[in-house]
Amino acid sequence: MDHDLAILGAGPAGLAAARTAAECGLSVVLLDEQSTPGGQIYRDVDRVAPLRGDILGQDYTEGRTLTQSLTTPGITHITGATVWAIEEGQRISYTREGRGAQLSAGHILIATGALERPMPLPGWTLPGVMTAGAAQILLKQSGTLARRAVLVGCGPLLYLIGAQMLRAGTPPLALVETQTRGDSLRALRHAPGILRGWRYALKGLKMLADLRRAGVPRHTAAHDIRITGTDRAEGVEFTAKGQTRTIACDTVLLHHGVTPNTQAARSIDIPHHWDARQACYQPQTDAWGGTTLPTVHIAGDGAGIGGAKAASLAGQIAALDIAHHAGRLPIGDRDLKARPLLRRLSAERAPRAFLDTAYPPFAQALTPDDSTIVCRCEEVTAGDIRRFATMGCNGPNQAKAFGRAGMGPCQGRYCGLTVSALLATANGQDMDETGYYRIRPPLKPVTLGELAAMDTAQDAAE
Amino acid sequence: MKTASFETLSESRAEVPVTFAGQELMLPEGANLAAALLAAGITTFRHTPTSGAPRAPFCMMGACFDCVVEVDGITRQACMLTVTEGLTISMPQEGADGS
Repeated sequence: MDHDLAILGAGPAGLAAARTAAECGLSVVLLDEQSTPGGQIYRDVDRVAPLRGDILGQDYTEGRTLTQSLTTPGITHITGATVWAIEEGQRISYTREGRGAQLSAGHILIATGALERPMPLPGWTLPGVMTAGAAQILLKQSGTLARRAVLVGCGPLLYLIGAQMLRAGTPPLALVETQTRGDSLRALRHAPGILRGWRYALKGLKMLADLRRAGVPRHTAAHDIRITGTDRAEGVEFTAKGQTRTIACDTVLLHHGVTPNTQAARSIDIPHHWDARQACYQPQTDAWGGTTLPTVHIAGDGAGIGGAKAASLAGQIAALDIAHHAGRLPIGDRDLKARPLLRRLSAERAPRAFLDTAYPPFAQALTPDDSTIVCRCEEVTAGDIRRFATMGCNGPNQAKAFGRAGMGPCQGRYCGLTVSALLATANGQDMDETGYYRIRPPLKPVTLGELAAMDTAQDAAE
Repeated sequence: MKTASFETLSESRAEVPVTFAGQELMLPEGANLAAALLAAGITTFRHTPTSGAPRAPFCMMGACFDCVVEVDGITRQACMLTVTEGLTISMPQEGADGS
């Protein structure tokens, strides 16, 4: 084995796990697609915090305490590495700078984080339509801001990017929000959770107050939302309070929650189950992030959405368990070190039920109109998927054969949940019965040239 | 020319020449390529092979593949590339001159 532990993803879970594992004496290799550590939430934080920390806020700049983890001796950080295969739970194939490479490790921690929940609306494939997460990445890494943007969807991230745009001097034109008064009332059942997470609640209220003071209009309980334009987004049309209106804009930022990025875990056949409250599939993990494969753990949002702080705690907890299984940490020490972390993790997760209920996914984007494209890559519509169901298509993998849904380069990342939901409804099955696309390597496209240039341990031995 | 839909806060990077679909552009060296093209006013990065519909960056994190462009004959995600001097970028399956 080249390393005791290989970690996929240098976000909060991966960084925190790397430090904990290295402190336990493990040799750690951390693979990440980006050139700097931080994941999406702390994207490029070391360089950017001094440049525009005032715009991005303290929740972003404090990510530097995590990136400092990499100074712990025993961690090798491989940047710009696109992982495309995991085999036998111990061997990882990846591409870096146009060359394929492989490494092996006794244990693997998947810390690949979250993806934006797909939000198929009429017109969502037009240039000028992006995810709210994309707007945040543009602002963090590049200092790039949309001049005339409308924010569409629901949830705290929408308020955060709105507040950041405001601080940067380019406020959004409007917020078109999909949550209803009924959602807010239902969420009150989980009020004790939000009280435990009162710091988050206060931040949310502060951001909303800032947006209101700046005169950014908010339209709530919006429905029948469509993006207008022919070659690019020109406006957002929606109905709210019985009134239909259109807001002209250049950019539309979509968001109605994030979901675990399960591609890597699915590629090695770790079982996944539907979580009704978070409305997503989650890999089956134990309290330590352990999976059905003894050498593979999963930590952070990739195991279930909990946010950055929860992810870093889960990363530490998984690393302690891995250190134990690697024979470097007696079980008593593992449990002793994990106890305060598990307590803090429970506190971090406390507001989730409130947030998930107050800002549920936009119903009309979960069951789009027939004419709406659901698979962006292959341009397959919701109507196509429903038609496949009437022709006997009973699951997402068959849908590939019926009409190529999920077979484009994104490999179902932005249509998988929608296709499963459409087929489940059409066939009167639940989400577990319907299942999800079977994910097979390569997880990301790899060229023959990159394979031909592959360095392998075998070559080195010869 | 219409004002770009995006603007970039100053980072005092040196600008270098690149070509996109036959168009000469000056972009900040070392910047994220997708972000730099958006800020330069590029709205369409490619056309889909199925219907020819225009597409542009959507996720900015290497997941959606909507921002793919062609560099040295290989399709790559613009959001995962960095601006370098003399970069010649074309839309996939379309000529370097934009035809």
